[in-house]
Amino acid sequence: MSAVTMTSQPRASALMTSINQNRGFYGAIALLAVLYIVYNLIHPKGFSTNLLIANTNESVALAFVAMAQAVTVLMGGLDLSVGAVMTLTSCIASVLVTGDPWQIVLGCIVTLASGTAFGLVNGLIIVYGRLQPIIATLATGAVAIGLALLIRPKPGGDIDLDLNWAATNSLRDVAETYHLFDDGEAAWFQPIAWFPVPLLIMILVALLVWVPFKRTVTGRTLYAIGSSEGAAYMSGLPINRAKLWAFTLAGFFAGCAGLYLAIQTGSGNADIPQAGAYTLNSIAAVVLGGVSLLGGIGSAIGALIGALILRAISFYFRILSIDPLLQPLVEGIVLLLAVSLGAVRALRVKNRLELFR
Amino acid sequence: MANALSFPRLKSDDLPIVIAAGFVLVILAAGTAYTLSTLGTAPLLTPNYLLTQLQTGAFLGIVACGMMTVILLGHIDLSVPWTMTAAAMMATTIGGPGAIPTGLAIGLIVGLVNGFGVAYLRIPSMIFTLGVDSVMRGLMVAHTGGFAPQDTATDLMRYLAADKILGVPVAVFVWAAISIVIAAILSRTAFGKAIYATGNREAAAYLSGIKTRWVIVGAFVISGLCAASAGMLLAGYSNKAYQGMGNAYLLPAIAAVVIGGTNILGGRGRFIGTLVGVILIVLLNSVLSIAQMPEAGRQIIYGLVIIVMLLVYGRTAKVTQ
Amino acid sequence: MSQPFAELSGISKFFSGARALEGVDFACSQGSIHAILGENGAGKSTLIKIMSGVVQPDSGTLTVGGQPQRFSKPSDSAKAGIVCVFQELSLLPDLTVADNISISDPPRRLGMIDRKAQRLRAEELLARIHCEDVDPRALIRDLSLSRRQMVEIAKALGKDPKLLILDEATSALTSRDVETVYGVLGELKQQGVGMLFISHRMHEVEALCDRLSVFRNGRHIETFDKGARSQNDIVKLMIGREVEHQFPPKPVRVKPNAPHLVVDNLRWENRLNGVSLSVGKGEIVGLGGLDGQGQKELLLALFGVLRGVEGKVTVGNANGLTNSPADAKGGANRIALVPEDRKTEGLMLPMSISDNLLAASFDRVSVGPFIDPGKEKAAVDDAIKKLQIKVNRPEDAVATLSGGNQQKVVIAKWLMTQPEIILLNDPTRGIDVGTKQELYRLMRELADEGRAILFYSTDYAELIGCCDRVTVMYDGRIVTELTGSAITEEALVSAALNITAPEAVH
Repeated sequence: MSAVTMTSQPRASALMTSINQNRGFYGAIALLAVLYIVYNLIHPKGFSTNLLIANTNESVALAFVAMAQAVTVLMGGLDLSVGAVMTLTSCIASVLVTGDPWQIVLGCIVTLASGTAFGLVNGLIIVYGRLQPIIATLATGAVAIGLALLIRPKPGGDIDLDLNWAATNSLRDVAETYHLFDDGEAAWFQPIAWFPVPLLIMILVALLVWVPFKRTVTGRTLYAIGSSEGAAYMSGLPINRAKLWAFTLAGFFAGCAGLYLAIQTGSGNADIPQAGAYTLNSIAAVVLGGVSLLGGIGSAIGALIGALILRAISFYFRILSIDPLLQPLVEGIVLLLAVSLGAVRALRVKNRLELFR
Repeated sequence: MANALSFPRLKSDDLPIVIAAGFVLVILAAGTAYTLSTLGTAPLLTPNYLLTQLQTGAFLGIVACGMMTVILLGHIDLSVPWTMTAAAMMATTIGGPGAIPTGLAIGLIVGLVNGFGVAYLRIPSMIFTLGVDSVMRGLMVAHTGGFAPQDTATDLMRYLAADKILGVPVAVFVWAAISIVIAAILSRTAFGKAIYATGNREAAAYLSGIKTRWVIVGAFVISGLCAASAGMLLAGYSNKAYQGMGNAYLLPAIAAVVIGGTNILGGRGRFIGTLVGVILIVLLNSVLSIAQMPEAGRQIIYGLVIIVMLLVYGRTAKVTQ
Repeated sequence: MSQPFAELSGISKFFSGARALEGVDFACSQGSIHAILGENGAGKSTLIKIMSGVVQPDSGTLTVGGQPQRFSKPSDSAKAGIVCVFQELSLLPDLTVADNISISDPPRRLGMIDRKAQRLRAEELLARIHCEDVDPRALIRDLSLSRRQMVEIAKALGKDPKLLILDEATSALTSRDVETVYGVLGELKQQGVGMLFISHRMHEVEALCDRLSVFRNGRHIETFDKGARSQNDIVKLMIGREVEHQFPPKPVRVKPNAPHLVVDNLRWENRLNGVSLSVGKGEIVGLGGLDGQGQKELLLALFGVLRGVEGKVTVGNANGLTNSPADAKGGANRIALVPEDRKTEGLMLPMSISDNLLAASFDRVSVGPFIDPGKEKAAVDDAIKKLQIKVNRPEDAVATLSGGNQQKVVIAKWLMTQPEIILLNDPTRGIDVGTKQELYRLMRELADEGRAILFYSTDYAELIGCCDRVTVMYDGRIVTELTGSAITEEALVSAALNITAPEAVH
């Protein structure tokens, strides 16, 4: 019967469907692409892998913090401790990531584990203490900063220099440093040797942690909670478990940010204003990357893109003769414009009661 | 499940205030015990010391006044740090008799913009006020060229912030005056009732014929004006405005409001609670500094105190459906 | 008839003292379609909520497949083979169709959701209900209401139900989808699935069902095979002969009152399709019809809540179309609205009784910017006395009051604004009988004081007992207007069901 009665329209391709459903995300990618291509075109020295390496180096920590923020925002929460946890873990790393290779590896693991554990504690307090995420993480953030100061009352640390060099340069430098692949001269290695390690790290963590997580029942529950907690309950989804995981994962990503920051700078610094700036920028990155602050829409990858956009904007200040002092102003205006685009919906609502839901 | 909805106990709004006030006494007692055992004196209990504490508490207290009106709506104002700084910088730049009106105008404009974005565009206040903060910072950095401004505070600003009347700092009187105004607005005016109503249930307030959008704009204007006043006082106290002077006030202000029993989701909380919350935080800070607690320990204790107090009384109703 | 699959005996359920179901014995079998009929509030929804584990009965036993059962959550009943398609959609708007269809137990590989298997499963289930045009990758929020309802049905089928409950599952469907669903239900019957079918549409019931059960006032009245009773008999069973309420006498009028509120050809989106009516001072005009025929939208439009309303509204001799509740309550209009949901739209529950009473009229008790405590207390005391609201202290949270007293607070709040037009959206829902009668008396008093009252109710008895005239809405229009003795239960029910009864006046 259907063949006759149905006005069947050709089904859109998978990509078109995805684009239509995630306009914020693809818009962010397009914006990033335009920003970065134009940046390279007008750069006095033009595109080079060194420039790409330098750019990505500056973006990694913020990208991880933004991903941390995204996980909690997706379930309709917020984590104001991500910057502080990053600071804490960077201080931990500055003490532990040194010495023998096995000590370095162990140090990295302990650093990530402590970030994860801090996130778990956040989750336990919020789920079982039934506190509002905003205010609970505000307080635990202070605790994290305190612990960071305890570990590093003054900036410093002796991060392994080889690791610092390897993690912040291209794959060839990694091979050279650790005498792999004929010191990076192996023929097969050449096509990928230029690739920036920081970019690789971001991509690997996103692909190996976020993508699989999103596809578990717990990950889906995260989206379900942000979409409609009542319907999620009616469907019998594991709500508490998903909330715990969200904050734990946020802690892990913040730990990644801290570890990288420590390796990149070669030291740890319990810098309170810096922690606050990272937290606030993470919220901006999440919004720019197409994640809805009400939850349910977006992804951690989007937040990563959002972070890269924020950083890309700042690159312009260096090459154009714009006063770098104008940077915060431009960042603020971009942020306000981006969120105001989403406000068009509110002006179209026909039943004003819907505004309050 | 459906019938597990539990309603707040009668006068449950007072419980946090009582607990917080009790905690203030505990802090005083612990601090005094510490000084008695180490120094053999009790400086915490001398009027002079307490007045100095109130003097430094005034800046935080004024910011918290404004923050509370916004939190009562279930919103938040993250633009406070640079509203303070901008008001202080512009006031010192203009100078003369126009200084204070200029600073207040800055607060008014920021409040109007925040209110417009939140009430009319319906952008979450968390992100909109963050953007406004960033824009204000940008404007001020551009204005000063990134250097510490050379202009000094006017005599009136210095008088209000640092002088004393009969041994009591004038700043405390300013704080008291603003507190009385806000307390009166919240408990004695139609606007104040509309703030609570809108914060509780915006749909019901709207259907009662309350102009909820104006109420939101009004609350953000109050917050902007309070932040501007605190910024100018701080400039008077330090004799000049400086970059980032407001940064240290945002989170303590939110904490003071919440510790004082105001629900972060809006609709509930009494002004006296915010006063107690401010005093608690100021005293906690000063006891920790008397005890020569390093910054690390202070931050940890500070965070733990907030968590513990909220676990005692800030728990949300269990969500089952 | 085969052995019943699900059997209820002696089931009772009360919600805060109000009877939802009492002493219900009921059984249904596999391989048949069983209709449940009853007025709004007859207990049908409670019945299916108990069977599907959403609420638990206060007493009585539930036997499924020969085993006594006690479901504590929806997934328990699904395990026993009872699956419900709810009237309020339980879909997650930001997830895809495929995600939603497999939400409770998605196909997994290596611990991760197998999206391909999930998509194939969705395609297969959607094909079963001939919804090949729904893309499993589409988001629920991008689908029309009708398509969402179909996805909900596909989701239910995916749980392999032995007993499928459809609660008004066809109400949001387009006519094409309705036909498709009929076909699917027929197939399921062949496969031995039992179905409980709740619908207000008589012709649907006639076409589909094998057996019918009538519920009324929380009781199971009668169960019979299709064709055993005429349509008229069924309507009579649904209405019953009990006289439940006592209503104040209506004034006798020689000629209708001059209209005060006149609505002419009001349109909004596709929910109001040209509504015209008038209400005179001193008159109570009822709005009847099934739920969701545009009655609520009409009241919201008159109160200034909806954007983009077209048509003409006149109050007195002036334009009465307003742009916000603040406009509607003030100025020349003086309109009040007692909203649908008193807990979320009528009251600020944690706030005090006195603050709630004054919420619409703080300006009336203020001197300059300040509230005058004397005037405040006088106004509050006056309102509490006038409506006999039972309170300990006016400072208590309004949440501490019973449902009936809460509703009185909402009404008193509006009376304080001295309204001339009062819009009531089902004000007696979930209120005890005593308070209901007080409200009926109050409505008549208010009308006698010269106010114009527009009264939407889902309870036909109320419309008959209270109203001078009743207009019945169907699909965003007024289809029937009844006056005086023509307002009968038969006429109202028939008009609402859109079937012709002998007495109905068109």
